[in-house]
This record gives sequence, structure tokens and C-alpha cells, in this order.
Amino acid sequence: MRIFFEPGFFSSQPVQTAAVIGAVAAVVSAIVGVFTVVRSQSFAGHALTDVATTGGSGAFLLGLSPLTGFIGGGIVGGGAMELIGVERARSRDVATGIVLGAATGLSALFLYLDATRSATTGATQQILFGSIFTIDPSTVPTVVVLSAATLLVVGVIYRPLFLSSVSAELASARGISLRIVGLLFMLALAVSVGLSSIAIGSILSTALLIGPAATALRLTRSLRTAMVVACVLGISTTWLGILFAYDSDYWDPSSQGLPVSFFIVAIVFLLYLASRLSVVRRLAGRRDGGGPPLGAVPPSDKDATPVGAAV
Amino acid sequence: MSMAPPPVLEVEDIGVSFSGRTILDSVSFEIRKGEFTGLIGSNGVGKTTLLRIILGLQRPDTGEVRVLGESLSGRGRSLGYVPQKVVLDPDIPIRAWDLVALGLDAQRYGFGRRTKAQRELVDKMLHDVDAERFANARVGSLSGGEQQRVLIAHALISRPKLLLLDEPLANLDPKSVQEIVALLHRVASDNEVAILLSAHEMNALLPVMDRIVYVTQGRAASGTTDEVVRSEVLSKLYGHHVDVLKLHGRVLVVAEPGAEVSDIPDHPPLTVA
Repeated sequence: MRIFFEPGFFSSQPVQTAAVIGAVAAVVSAIVGVFTVVRSQSFAGHALTDVATTGGSGAFLLGLSPLTGFIGGGIVGGGAMELIGVERARSRDVATGIVLGAATGLSALFLYLDATRSATTGATQQILFGSIFTIDPSTVPTVVVLSAATLLVVGVIYRPLFLSSVSAELASARGISLRIVGLLFMLALAVSVGLSSIAIGSILSTALLIGPAATALRLTRSLRTAMVVACVLGISTTWLGILFAYDSDYWDPSSQGLPVSFFIVAIVFLLYLASRLSVVRRLAGRRDGGGPPLGAVPPSDKDATPVGAAV
Repeated sequence: MSMAPPPVLEVEDIGVSFSGRTILDSVSFEIRKGEFTGLIGSNGVGKTTLLRIILGLQRPDTGEVRVLGESLSGRGRSLGYVPQKVVLDPDIPIRAWDLVALGLDAQRYGFGRRTKAQRELVDKMLHDVDAERFANARVGSLSGGEQQRVLIAHALISRPKLLLLDEPLANLDPKSVQEIVALLHRVASDNEVAILLSAHEMNALLPVMDRIVYVTQGRAASGTTDEVVRSEVLSKLYGHHVDVLKLHGRVLVVAEPGAEVSDIPDHPPLTVA
């Protein structure tokens, strides 16, 4: 056991707090992340992390909790992006870019003021790259309640969200309000980004949002299974990151340990890479006469023409 | 003496303009229970616009649409719709079964598992459209014809009285076109569902079409194929003389030399519908 867990790992209060907050953030990010990928809103998700940076740095300047700033900034930014442009992919893309640019400019100002006027050192590092071992345990109930509320919202809109993510036109024809569903999902996304920001920092929270979800979507056959797998991957990744960061304190006694966010992002990246490699292997197997790829249908003598083929 | 039931669909004097250009001008027609109607016209004549108006997704400048005698507010579940383009990513794990099941309850907010009866209904619907063999496949990995079957099942599972299909035969090979048309005809007969199918080519629909709505230059003529696809009717509609030739069970609409033929369905040099 000593090989994997350095002394005091399980009894450490910061580790326990980090494990709970990390797991909760990972679950919310996984569920919301699956829909973010399916809706092709990864760019919007990343933009929200920058908006969360603005909120976090502003909150720091005002002496408020970073969590308040991360989530507040995300909600304002997400709401603005959804209200400016939702009808067409291009206008949504432009709206995201506009909000992203404005937020990044404000972040630059707030982080400068944080660094030059605040008595606390390391504000920039904490906001951008997280500091999960320094989170106050009293934050845990707030994080749990916010997470439960976010999952509740996603659960309530699950079916309209599912169909509108597959096809906005099919959803509209069924009387589903794309604006209401889109706005509620954007709010869920904003809270999710805020939660993962306190775990691994605002700038890296995209990794926790997109990575496990994208990996799970490549490996599973249904959206529900993808959500379960993404949760498992997210929690495992976060806990492994916490373990490695804790252990790294002992790797070189002359220096400080490495940051949790680095390990989490590295593991997320490796997992996604592995899922791509397995796909490549399956494709190679198919060319060699092996089995069909996951989810593919055996060749049929009917309807052999793919969509878009000329008649 | 009992009153005759209202038509499933009444389109009355519909007019639409975009940027000063008339798209549809006083378009009127009716569809009755179980009828198979082809909405025929070349690309860009306003077929999709008309379908969007019927669905309530777009407001006309003039006129009214009634479904089962009710205007927009009561339309809801009476309509099934298969859009022209549904881009389904093969990398996203959305099963055919799930997409069909969403046809039952996608508009419903809140929690709750599907009942056994609902799950069996999804299985039955996939069976009815001959799609059960790929029920668990990713929809994006299916061929065009297979995707059409899944989308038709999605549209039909809520038991609509009227099924609207926007160019469902485009980009399919001839064999798949025949199979989808036969499937729709069977579905219409078995379930007494009225069908309004838009297409730019009418020949594949001739064996099954009860009525035709022929659209060109913003105007429409409707009736049985024999009533509408005639030289006098189409010449009046086009505003210049066209001939209608019937050869080996197919119909050719031919314009006179030098006439503007760009809006004759599916035909560059000299015509054909």
C-alpha cells in the first residue's frame, strides 16, 4: 500500500475535502459534458471557463468566495451567449466569441489588480489552475447542493434536451421550445464549469467537462451508458490526480509537490488518446476482415446507399 | 343525417413573401383521412416553406391552415414530421431505438421511466418499418434508407393523423426509393394516416399517390394525378405551354423550345417531372 499511498493520505482533511469536491464536480461535469459534446458546444463550454475566470478574479478582488465568482460569472456569461444567438450555429458561434473576448479582457484587468493590490499571494495561480487542497471544508455543503440542483435541472429537461441535441428541427416540430431548453442547459453548463473551476482551476475545467464525456461517447452504445461511463472516468481521474499530487510531495523532498490540475488534465488526455487508439485498432481489424466497429450494422443487402450519395 | 368528418388538413389561401419575392400565392388544398398526397415541385418553389407553415413553425402572410378542423394551437400531436435533413453523427452513440422512443415523449419534462407497454410499442414500431435488425445501432452509422425508416418510425409512434415528409426520397438509390414509398403506402393504409410527401420527382409516387399538389412559381394545382398532370392545367400554372407525355407508366412534362423551364421539377435541359 505504501507504494501507492504516502503516509497520512486517508486521514488528511484537505485530501478528504478535495476527494468529495472533486468527485461531485466530476459527476456534474460528466453528465453536462456528454450533452455539451453531443450539442457541439465544446467551444461554448471553453468560453464559459474564461467567463468563470472573470467571475473568480472579480470575486477575489471583492473578497468574496471564488466559487461565488466562478458560478456567478458563468451564469451571466452563459445566459448572455444563449440570449444573443441561439437560432443559428453561426450566430451562436459569434455570440460565444464576443462574450469570450469581453470576459478575457476583464479577466486580465481583475487578475492584474488581484496581483498588485491584494494582500493574498497566488491569486492568479489559484484562479486559473485551482488549489483543491486549500478549499475550506465548509464549502462542501454548498457544492453538493449546487450539484444536486444542476443534476435536477438536467434530469427535468432530459428528454427535450436529448431530442433538441439530436435535431433542432425534430424538436421544434414537436413543440419543444429550443430557447427554454437551451437556456436551462447553458445555466447547468455554467454551474458545472464553476464547480470544476474550484477543483482544477477555471482555465483547465474544460478538460474535466469535455474529456471524460468525449471518451465515454466513443466507447459506448447509448447516451445513458455514456453518462455512467463518463462519471466513472471523471471520478477516477480526479481521485488519481489527487493521489498523485499528494504523493508527489514525497517524490523529491527538496521541492513542493506538483499541482492536482496537471495530473487530472494529463490523465484525461491519456484516456481520450487511448479511446482513439482503440478505435484505430478496430478500424484496422475491419479492413482485415475483422468485426464491425462498435455500433455499426452488419452490411445489409437493403439500402446500401449512404446519406448524400448520388443516385 | 351524420356530418362528414372534417378533412385531416385544410390549407386555405396561403401566401408568403420574402424580401418582396412571392414564394407562395393563394395556395389551397385539402387532404382527407388515409390519403397519400404528393407535394411536387422543383427545388426552391416553397415546398419546405409550406410544410413549415403546416407545422406551425412559420407564419404565413395570408391564409390559414387547419388540422382536423383546428387552427395552430390544437395541432400538437396530430402531426408527425420527417425533416429534409437530419445530420446524425456516427461518433455519437444515439441508438435507433432511443430515437424512435423519443417520438413518444420527447416533449415531456420531468422524470419517469418508460412503461413496459411503451417499450413494446417502440419495438413494434421498429418492426413495422422493418428496422428492428438495427435497433441498437448508432443512427449515424446507418445508410440513408435505414435512417429514413428510423425517422418514419419516430414520427409515427405518437399515432399522428397526418404525416409530413420533406424530400424523404432525395439521395436514396432507386431500390431504396421503391422500398420507402411502399413502406409509406402500407403505413398509410394500415393506420389510416394521411401522408403529405414533398418531392421534386413524381414518378416514383405515381403508383401510390391518391392526390397531387403541384407547386410552381408560387401557385399550386391540386387534385388526382389525372386531374392535375395535364397539359391545360400545368400550362396555366407555368404561364406558358407545356406538354404532358405518359410513357411506360412514367410522366414527362415537356416545355416548348425557348420557354423558361428552370422550375419544372427535376429537369435541366428540356423538362420532366
